[in-house]
Amino acid sequence: MIKFEHISKRFGSLEVLKDVTQQVSQNEIVSLIGPSGSGKSTLLRCMNLLEVPSSGRILFKGEDITAKGVNINTHRQKMGMVFQHFNVFPHMTVEKNITMAPVNVKKMDKEKAHIKAMELLDRVGLKDKADVKPVKLSGGQKQRLAIVRAMAMEPEVMLFDEPTSALDPEMVGEVLEVIKDLAKTGMTMMIVTHEMGFAKEISDRVFFMNNGVIAEAGTPGKIFEEPDNDRLKEFLSKVL
Amino acid sequence: MGTAMESTMAGNIMRVLKDYSGLFVQGIGFTLLLAFIAVTFGTIFGTFVALLKMSSNKIASFIGTAYIELFRNTPLLLQLYIFMFLLPEIGINLSPFAAVSVGLVLNTTAYISEIIRSGIQSVDHGQTEAARSLGLSHVQTLRMVVLPQAMKNILPALANEFVTDIKETSLASTFFVGDLMTTYRTINGATFLTLEPLFIAGVIYFVLSFTLSKLVAYLERRLRA
Ligand SMILES: Nc1ncnc2c1ncn2[C@@H]1O[C@H](COP(=O)(O)OP(=O)(O)OP(=O)(O)O)[C@@H](O)[C@H]1O
Ligand SMILES: [Mg+2]
Repeated sequence: MIKFEHISKRFGSLEVLKDVTQQVSQNEIVSLIGPSGSGKSTLLRCMNLLEVPSSGRILFKGEDITAKGVNINTHRQKMGMVFQHFNVFPHMTVEKNITMAPVNVKKMDKEKAHIKAMELLDRVGLKDKADVKPVKLSGGQKQRLAIVRAMAMEPEVMLFDEPTSALDPEMVGEVLEVIKDLAKTGMTMMIVTHEMGFAKEISDRVFFMNNGVIAEAGTPGKIFEEPDNDRLKEFLSKVL
Repeated sequence: MGTAMESTMAGNIMRVLKDYSGLFVQGIGFTLLLAFIAVTFGTIFGTFVALLKMSSNKIASFIGTAYIELFRNTPLLLQLYIFMFLLPEIGINLSPFAAVSVGLVLNTTAYISEIIRSGIQSVDHGQTEAARSLGLSHVQTLRMVVLPQAMKNILPALANEFVTDIKETSLASTFFVGDLMTTYRTINGATFLTLEPLFIAGVIYFVLSFTLSKLVAYLERRLRA
């Protein structure tokens, strides 16, 4: 579904991604793990071109979205993204946070968007918060809102960048539950995470990133039980 | 002797107020009108100049920056003189009031564009990223996500710019455009009194500026609450 070929990314003289090639299939759930600064976020953000690769190309369902003249906005509609710091819109009610993009980008009928938003809120236990502003929400609630906001666009892929890293420990579970529910629907997902237990449980494959490359990719069983890469072994010994 | 002079002055002030109150009211009107024109059009053009300056296009960004620096680093009075003489030169014949308005608007545009730019940049970049990741265009993101949040910082600063402009417009009296300082000059010409009409004008400026600033500060606290 997503293929990335020979992706490199430089910030000035710093080479953050070095000739990375991999792919993610339809319905596949891939976790990206690795030490801080290894390029996980950058790789994920390249998928919807929040970062533009310095070289290489990204194929989304066979179409090169890095080509000149491609309308990236239409592709971003098909890729939902969830951020570490939620980035919910503080000036809009919870309901408006969700309906804003479908109504303005997809030109969805307001009434239809509202019904859909309420359904989604119900699914994540936030129905009674529809009319409040996000300041009134806890971190876990904000992140659940951010997830359904992305879902409202009916994306084909979901990208998560450390969705639970900014949460108080007691709120991590509720957000992981929502992501697991999403997994059951067959959603294609890429998840950057430091929650190794979660990665092990939810992923079809795990990419271990180190120093700008995917140093090892494989099933959770392989990555966590029989790692080959020395840096991965060292990493696991620290985090497990 | 001191008391004699004071009492003449008090008498003169009363007399000026009585004879020329209509002129002062008119002066206040023109001063407020000029400030209003400057801030209103300055906001429209200033938004545009701010976007130019923030553009990723180097030429656009240079033009925006050059505009701002040019107007902020030369005196307003000089700019007003230049517009006064330049406009007829290039075949645009405006009344002094209109010509001064053009000058004030262009000058205020430079200051307001910086207000708008810093307002926009005060909004967390994550907001833009979230909006773009949902498929919103650059313009939609600005309109629906960034600007509404930037307003919290922009509005009080714009109101303060209005207060500043009330004082700045006094420079326009050089061209007799009917503002509060023009009122002083008219009265001075007719009565040869200087300090008395100046004091009156000063008190009016102070009251306008002081009350409006306090009002802005109050609204700002409300907005942030
Ligand atoms: N916009 C940027 N400008 C300059 N350098 C950047 C930028 N974004 C990321 N970097 C650098 O790129 C490297 C990789 O960053 P990235 O955020 O992808 O790492 P990460 O694996 O997600 O780390 P973490 O686990 O800490 O989130 C880091 O050294 C970072 O400082
Ligand atoms: Mg990261």
